[in-house]
Amino acid sequence: MSLSRIKLLVEKRILMDLSLIITRRIAIGVVTVLVVSLIVFAGTELLPGNVAQAILGPGATPEAIANINARLGLNQPAHIRYIHWFGNLLHGDMGTSLVSGREVSVLISERSSNTFLLAGVTAIVAVPLSIVLGLIASTKPNGLIDKSISAITLTLISIPDFLVAIILVSIFSVHFGWLPALSKIRPDSNFFELARMLVLPVTALSFTIIAHMTRMTRTAVLNELTSPAIEMAILKGVPKYRLLLVHALSNAIAPIINVIALNLAYLISGVVVIEMLFNLNGLGKLMVEAVTNRDIPLVQGCAMLFCAVYVLLNLFADTISIIANPRIRHPK
Amino acid sequence: MTKMQAKSGPFRDLLQNLTPTAIICLLILIGLILLAILAPWISPHMPTKILTNESYQLSSDTMLLGGDYLGRDMVSRLIYALRITLGVTFIVTVLAFFIGCLMGFLAAVLGGIWDTVLSRVVDALIALPAIMIALIVIGALGSSLPVLIVTLAIIDSTRVFRVARALAMNIVVSDFVEAARVRGEDLKWIMWHEIMPNALGPLAAEFGIRFTYAILFMSALGFLGLGIQPPHADLGLLIRENMQGLLFGSYAPLYPALLISLITISINIFVDWYLQQLDTALPNEF
Repeated sequence: MSLSRIKLLVEKRILMDLSLIITRRIAIGVVTVLVVSLIVFAGTELLPGNVAQAILGPGATPEAIANINARLGLNQPAHIRYIHWFGNLLHGDMGTSLVSGREVSVLISERSSNTFLLAGVTAIVAVPLSIVLGLIASTKPNGLIDKSISAITLTLISIPDFLVAIILVSIFSVHFGWLPALSKIRPDSNFFELARMLVLPVTALSFTIIAHMTRMTRTAVLNELTSPAIEMAILKGVPKYRLLLVHALSNAIAPIINVIALNLAYLISGVVVIEMLFNLNGLGKLMVEAVTNRDIPLVQGCAMLFCAVYVLLNLFADTISIIANPRIRHPK
Repeated sequence: MTKMQAKSGPFRDLLQNLTPTAIICLLILIGLILLAILAPWISPHMPTKILTNESYQLSSDTMLLGGDYLGRDMVSRLIYALRITLGVTFIVTVLAFFIGCLMGFLAAVLGGIWDTVLSRVVDALIALPAIMIALIVIGALGSSLPVLIVTLAIIDSTRVFRVARALAMNIVVSDFVEAARVRGEDLKWIMWHEIMPNALGPLAAEFGIRFTYAILFMSALGFLGLGIQPPHADLGLLIRENMQGLLFGSYAPLYPALLISLITISINIFVDWYLQQLDTALPNEF
């Protein structure tokens, strides 16, 4: 058998493996979203809290409660309600809000663009910055730069994001008056207004995430730098920048991508707090308002969206790290 | 050898290695805990008493840090909020450790189907962002103290479970556990007398980490208005109540936020130091 033919066979094998891995991952993703929907449903409908009671308030008569239960279909057994609810969800029908009486899917689609804008811009700013900072820190472990980066990031991790936001607002909005303290995004806001309103929320949100990602990138790269392959490269006389950028970074990609995925959790909880703080009309604010009013269908819709996005992004990161790491790809 | 030395006086060894930063953090933490415990005797006014009709009054002799949006004394509000935040999060963390360690040790000792079921349930809960679980439960049940404590404890216990299980897994395979099993010791004895003492060091560090996490989480819920309900307040709610003051040049929302950071930074630095101490006693992994 000629060498090129062997090469071809090996490549074919890898491709087959990859498609198998990806199909398996997608299947896992579908199952996870199903489990998430079960948890969301169970959490909101099976817990002893009574939706009818929540709508009518404490002074409700038993007849009125029975009436509402029948109207909302709450007198049916739980598994039937779940199938009904999930079936509607698949058609994009998430029910109607108990408070405003509008469709949940309309409310969510109105608000989602603002949240995706906030989260997206934060990710675009934070991810490259923290990878660069992590790399700089790992060039000279325990050097002056590394120690200062490590001290600053440890402090930032311990600080709640609202402290960062409050300090930013008091400096840039109250003291200097350069930037707006509230981000009231309207559909007709132009690019300049939008950018001005997003600076403070994005900065506040980025701080904590950058701190986490920088620390983890540093650990991942340093871990890689102690491997025999890198030792070999050092002995071969590979220059330092090449060592770091080509040899260490390419092997550390998988853990770094996992780190980015892990930080999506901070991004999601951060988005909720930051949107409330800056009065930014996004999904996080919508969900907190729904929870405050105990607007169950709206809570379900928002929770499903947040959780599904989180699960799918995690899955995506998982898949990439498997593709990037042959040791996981061929478990022996 | 190291085991023997550690037994002769682990606390003395630890205390001898205290660095200046660790001492400062420890003193800050002890001071804040004393402040929280002694709140009724220390605080200058009642936290719910309205002293003036003016919002965000500047600092004066009667109100050291000024007044809040209703004209209540900020110092007293802060001391009582600190008491509530530390008290509730301490209960939450202890409860989370009780559930998490019990389940984690059980999973490691029993293995098989128990381990699989418990691990899968925890996987499912960890697959969701913690804040979403909290929002779903509070949305369904409304916010009250028992709901808050149980929800936060269960969310935290999933993380404790993973650490406890991993630690116990390493201990379960050792000879002395095998010996205890052969001797016919029961499950409770193995968990309490064989695994617990050997996992205690790392678990103590994990306790600190979980405690800061609980403080940040509870403050975030308080800030969203979904935690402790007025007129009582935790540190997060104090920030929310006084946010408007920022625009009038008052620093009222800054104090509780700084207090939260002071606690969490101190604990984190102290835990960092403690972990370094553990590392010198444990074989180095790298």
